[in-house]
Amino acid sequence: MLGELGIIFVSIALLISLALIYFSFNEVKNSSNLIPKKIYKFSLLQLIFSLLSFVALLAGYVFSDFSIINVYENSHTTKPLFYKISGTWGNHEGSLLLWINILVLFSSLFLFINKNKNKNFKIFTLLFQNLLIVIFFIFLLTNSNPFSTIYPIPNEGMGLNPILQDPALAIHPPLLYIGFVGSSIYFSAALSALVSKIDAKSLATSIKPWILVSWFFQTVGILVGSIWAYYELGWGGYWFWDPVENSSLMPWFVMTALLHSVLVLERKIGLYSWVIVLSILTFTMSVAGTFLVRSGILNSVHTFANDPSRGLFILTFLILMVFSSIFIFFKHAPTENKNYRILSKEFFILINNWFMIFFLAVVLIGTLYPIFLDTLTGTKISVGPPYYNFILAPFLIPLLFLMTSGPKHKWISSEIKKFINIVLFLSIFLFLITFFIVKENSLLLNLILFFSIYLIIQTLFDLYDGLKSRSINLSRIISHLGFGLLIFFIFINHIFSQESNFNLRVGETKETDNYVIKFENLEKFSDSNYKSIIGHFKISNKKKLFKENLKPEIRIYNKPMTVTYEASINSGFFSDTYLTMSNISDSDIFNIKFQKKPFMNFIWLSVLLVSLGGLINFFNRKNSI
Amino acid sequence: MKNIINGFFFLFFLITNNFAEEDLNNKILKNLRCLVCQGQTVSDSNSDFAQIIKSVVNDKIQEGMTEKEIYNFLSDKYGDWILFKPPLKKNSYVLWFLPYVLFTMGILFLFYLFKRTSIRKKQ
Amino acid sequence: MKKIHLLLICIFFSFIFIVLYLSLQNSKIYDTENLVGKKITESELNLFGKDGTFNTKEISNYQFTLLNFWASWCGPCRKEHKNLLRLSKNENLKIIGVNFKDNEYNARQFLQEMGNPFYILTEDSKGKKSVNFGVYGIPETILVNSELIILKKYIGPLSSKDVNEISKLIKK
Repeated sequence: MLGELGIIFVSIALLISLALIYFSFNEVKNSSNLIPKKIYKFSLLQLIFSLLSFVALLAGYVFSDFSIINVYENSHTTKPLFYKISGTWGNHEGSLLLWINILVLFSSLFLFINKNKNKNFKIFTLLFQNLLIVIFFIFLLTNSNPFSTIYPIPNEGMGLNPILQDPALAIHPPLLYIGFVGSSIYFSAALSALVSKIDAKSLATSIKPWILVSWFFQTVGILVGSIWAYYELGWGGYWFWDPVENSSLMPWFVMTALLHSVLVLERKIGLYSWVIVLSILTFTMSVAGTFLVRSGILNSVHTFANDPSRGLFILTFLILMVFSSIFIFFKHAPTENKNYRILSKEFFILINNWFMIFFLAVVLIGTLYPIFLDTLTGTKISVGPPYYNFILAPFLIPLLFLMTSGPKHKWISSEIKKFINIVLFLSIFLFLITFFIVKENSLLLNLILFFSIYLIIQTLFDLYDGLKSRSINLSRIISHLGFGLLIFFIFINHIFSQESNFNLRVGETKETDNYVIKFENLEKFSDSNYKSIIGHFKISNKKKLFKENLKPEIRIYNKPMTVTYEASINSGFFSDTYLTMSNISDSDIFNIKFQKKPFMNFIWLSVLLVSLGGLINFFNRKNSI
Repeated sequence: MKNIINGFFFLFFLITNNFAEEDLNNKILKNLRCLVCQGQTVSDSNSDFAQIIKSVVNDKIQEGMTEKEIYNFLSDKYGDWILFKPPLKKNSYVLWFLPYVLFTMGILFLFYLFKRTSIRKKQ
Repeated sequence: MKKIHLLLICIFFSFIFIVLYLSLQNSKIYDTENLVGKKITESELNLFGKDGTFNTKEISNYQFTLLNFWASWCGPCRKEHKNLLRLSKNENLKIIGVNFKDNEYNARQFLQEMGNPFYILTEDSKGKKSVNFGVYGIPETILVNSELIILKKYIGPLSSKDVNEISKLIKK
């Protein structure tokens, strides 16, 4: 029943979307400056039926309706309710339905909330957005239907992969979708701006809040994904430059560049073309990322199940999107006063844009190169973290420097003197302290540490100055402070992380330079959907006589039959202790991996700080949407 | 007394060497791709293949092979695919150099934009 | 100037999309079947069940050699075993078995039950020696000529098609 209902709701929503396109198209020729009530009503209906279809699928999961193939393949009656719900979007078809709902939600919200006076601008935005919606609906119905049914109805489902049963991972997709799927609305708005020829400031005012919202959710979504990887995947790292991770990072780079550009556009007319191009590019990268992840073209730890027909559909859509945007841009190219005054605010934003696009290009090159090489020459190579770290790390130095000196200083000829100030001295002083504690040999790492300290100190001074003079760009200061802290802690963590890999039997003890690890005993445990072997370890720190207990597990899940290795993590204020164990087949020996990861919590908090800046800007001043 | 000092230095050398070895071991294992896993490093994988490779790498380090020699040994047997840091060869020149080319092009482009403005200003 | 830009951009994107389209047809699973044409590494393998070793240099004494990596616990190894027996009848082909991470008793039982196609049987109980040959799973079979050059690699059980291919290659 739910399956049939679902399809009906989807079909109705599709028809309404088509109607909206038709009405919008007609309305353009109409000289009236008011959008007819008909369009508002249909948009509301579209939202209702789209949400209903999602609720239908959700209900299927909650009530374990296994007549729906999607529920059968991805759920199980013994799953906890929270994971039954999140299972709805933990698979390709369900996540696609979520994707469509976000498209529809943003479409309706924009129509209802946006107060731009140019009717054609709003209508064209609606039109382009609904073209996207219709195409995705067709994709869903023809290729990835979550509502196809099965008869006879199975008694039990096939279950959800246990590593996906984690709270962080449950909310990770919705967060990211509000991010990069939400970018669809300013993609549509940008194309609409070209066609309806609205002025720059008007565009900036209209799209800025949407950019802020999507950027915020994208940042937090990426953070949550990293947290999941750290706590769940058991390797102790939080970023692997895996293609799926890269697919979420690439739109983020563009969003950041766009965010900075739209902040300029709000005040002056420069950077209009940039805002248009970056708006188009964000959603393009989102779709490109989706293509890479769902088409089966890449080999990764966390790709969805692969299906080339999906890949073909998404690729076709991507091609259509890109070429249509190119043609519309060239046909309606904005004429603007390209007067870039050197060393103006525009100058710095342009440089920032350049850095963001450069990072985007590097990640894209690293991700695509193996595919291109394989297709063109048949040779298969891997591109992993060593490549990205090697190429990107040095460029953090100029970026940090420009972030520090860009925003405030007015660069005129003899301004070098202005650099020699208390901020510089304090930074050098703090850096030297850090240097003597860290004793790191690498020049690169030391420079990065220095410039991140410089950025941190500068933003703290800016904060103080701003509060004193009561004129402050709080959002910029908070975000840049967060970024400085993030880089600082990432590199301190990298330098000070320790790892020991060794074999132990129950009862044995291992001594490393600073720690004593005792394998006390083994415990067997059973839960509703898995059995586990828990190792009890006592770790003592030789210097501080500090003791902690850690309990890594080896879990055997029954539905589906999977073995997972659960890390035991003690998150301290200054560092995390991280322990995993696996057993060596046909023996009573366990392979133990012991790690110390400093400042992990500070890394997470820094990212939150960065995103907080965006949030502050969103709620700041009169935000006429 | 001299013996004690010598013994201390020897022990110190042994420990730091061991630590350096363990570091080198970890560094290498993190750069190796597990052939039977989905994108994991040999360091993170618990598969049989990863366990064997870990053992072999450890042996090679004890034998005195350098990091580069170990990578060459393994990529000779398993292909370059097993290395996460692609070796600089003809088939990876574009990969390694394109970012720098792009960055330079970007800077030149920005210079050009600003030169154009200052030329206009002079007119 | 604008039209040229448009053309260049279109060409650029077309190239990217064409490559992406073509790559959809490729298989993404990695295997080492293409690693042929090189010499095998000189290795010393322990003989199975007796003292002594076998040095791969001795392969130069045979016209063609098949190195087969197998174990009693490996299901697909059972499937390909009859094909190995067929191939062992060839005069100019010597099959060298490498018993991989196995128990000696179980391996003997396996051969007693299924037949022994191996001219020489060696063992690699820890699996480490097999790394010298680029083996990453079993069954795996490598065809080598008298110059110690790898002619063919077979990942997975040998099929009848593979048997025919080998038979043709060793006639030269």
